[in-house]
Amino acid sequence: MTTMTTRPAALENLATKLPDETLRKWLRDMLLIRELEVRTMQAYQNKLIGGFCHIYIGQEAVAVGTIAAVKPTDPIITAYRDHGHALARGMDPKHCMAEMFGRIDGCAKGKGGSMHMFDKAHHMYGGHGIVGAQCPIALGLAFSVKYHDEVIEEKTSNGVTLCYLGDGALNQGSFHEAMNLAGVFNLPVIYICENNGYAMGTSIARGTTMAHQLTAKADAYGMASASIDGMDVVNVYNQMKPIVDDCRKNSCPAFVEIRTYRYKGHSMSDPRKYRTKEEEQQYEEQDPIEKHAAFLIKEKGFSEADHDAMVKDVRKQVRAAIKWAEASPIPDISELYTDVYADKWGPYTGTSESSMLGDPEK
Amino acid sequence: MTATRQIEFREALREAMTEEMHRDKRVFLMGEEVAEYNGAYKVSRGMLEEFGPKRVIDTPISETGFAGLGIGAAMTGLRPIIEFMSWSFSLVAADQILNNAPKMLYMSGGQFGCPIVFRGNCGAGGQLGSTHSWCVESLFSNVPGLKMVMPFDAYDAKGMLKTAIRDENPVFFLESERLLSVKGEVPEQEYLVAFQEALIRRAGDDCTIVSFGRALYFCLEAAQELAKEGIECEVIDGRTIRPLDIESIVKSVRKTNYCVVVDQSWPFASLGAEIAAQVHQYCFDDLDNHVMRVHSDDVPAPYAYNLEQEMLPNARKICQAVRSATYNA
Repeated sequence: MTTMTTRPAALENLATKLPDETLRKWLRDMLLIRELEVRTMQAYQNKLIGGFCHIYIGQEAVAVGTIAAVKPTDPIITAYRDHGHALARGMDPKHCMAEMFGRIDGCAKGKGGSMHMFDKAHHMYGGHGIVGAQCPIALGLAFSVKYHDEVIEEKTSNGVTLCYLGDGALNQGSFHEAMNLAGVFNLPVIYICENNGYAMGTSIARGTTMAHQLTAKADAYGMASASIDGMDVVNVYNQMKPIVDDCRKNSCPAFVEIRTYRYKGHSMSDPRKYRTKEEEQQYEEQDPIEKHAAFLIKEKGFSEADHDAMVKDVRKQVRAAIKWAEASPIPDISELYTDVYADKWGPYTGTSESSMLGDPEK
Repeated sequence: MTATRQIEFREALREAMTEEMHRDKRVFLMGEEVAEYNGAYKVSRGMLEEFGPKRVIDTPISETGFAGLGIGAAMTGLRPIIEFMSWSFSLVAADQILNNAPKMLYMSGGQFGCPIVFRGNCGAGGQLGSTHSWCVESLFSNVPGLKMVMPFDAYDAKGMLKTAIRDENPVFFLESERLLSVKGEVPEQEYLVAFQEALIRRAGDDCTIVSFGRALYFCLEAAQELAKEGIECEVIDGRTIRPLDIESIVKSVRKTNYCVVVDQSWPFASLGAEIAAQVHQYCFDDLDNHVMRVHSDDVPAPYAYNLEQEMLPNARKICQAVRSATYNA
């Protein structure tokens, strides 16, 4: 069985041992997410994007810092605020944008939309629209890696699965069943609660018990836990890395709360009347991107000019992604009946791979 | 030489799982009491011993959790068999089995399929009361992306479960607790039963009766009774609900010109209603009367023995429907 430990703050600054290039990439990844999200909001207002759309601005350090702590082949899965995770995992922004535009070259051929970012090549298993629904699926991802290694390959398994959820998901049964099974089966899955303080318009204190100490949830399921400041990508990485390594080594689950803030509304239609402008401003002042840029400039020989060049480069990339996505055709009507079943029968025409997977530039 | 033998429906299910697990290491069985308890209904008896705890896995009572686990495992290429002790309990896992399993391939634009089998008891078990007597076929077959199977006998139970395990799509496999002990002829050698191939269980020229699973036994009983009155019924076993072999049904109705559908789920917006609608559509000029339907009564399943018997489809109700349909009432 797992032992119950609540981790103290990491003692070692592991991030400083990484190449400067990696630390700069984190800044670029965060800039890319933010720029894509800014342009996503514009595109939504211009009616290029429909449906529900959830913006990740403010939370960038969580996706980037946690994904940096795992291998590119470790599975990840998240909820519907998923553009950031997709990009941090390596999805080309053009496929992400094309998906939101409902175009055939979107990651899911325009059939999933903003809430359903899937990327097989980058081991990203969605983008899930129902609060908490991804938590049990994550068990299966972790189980599968272990089963594949131990039963099929007959070797030692050392995979780790990351499952992201919002604080609102803490109140869903699916989360609790998944936590219990992760504990009972000792599966190497890390549940990452991105606590941005609000489940839509309901503050965490109104909806969740022990909101001041969410690691108590993990205690109940006998797994290790930590509470991490998510407004600093270096801190996120430093604290996540030992947890990831432990879960990988001991094939066991963990739960982490990462405290963060979404600068924008729950979705595009949210006027944010449940919180004050002062509160929003307070968090914006601790912006994770500015913080990391300042760190690189102060400690890592990154210049203002380097920074400006990076910002420009990211803008250029996102502009190009939008242009590319706009040029992608809408799905042919025949697509309505593909991918319903893997095989052909009746009106169903079987399945075919997303063009993203065959894209040499992906 | 073709060796034949009689085995129980539950043994047929076990043989299907066992053979497929030997054939393909990606296949595993998970559910409540499937391993150490040997199965709540002894379907998986001995499988833990044969395959070990890594492939025959007990879960706590946590349907959302283990159904979702199976879905995640299927997305990554494993072939889970997830046993629901009863399909009645699958309702607590509805989001996983209806939102995730059948839509994953579509939502991911063809990237992640979900080759999983959910199986277990479906339908009234005998005075189990309202919450434990669910017939989920009408409710769940409404959802595109899943396949649904309802075997009639041991032969089909084995052959169709093997096909289900090899299918690339989520398959909902609906067994009847009341049939688990029924013996049937099952060959020693390996065979598969294809989906979307309805079977004539009894040939006749006067009226077509269409049904699935356990209700077919009531249909056959009714057909025997009606034969004494000179009405020869053709009883068709649909076998798979999705995909539905409507062609075989249509072919029979074009011969008999009359049709009765027997569906153990409730009548409103049901499987029976769907088949009746399709028969009306394809056989409009062939029918000499409208299609008649026999369902469970439109009430929650009662506990009292007499009430439950009255609520379910039975031979008496089917005889009445056939007489009425063929103007012999």
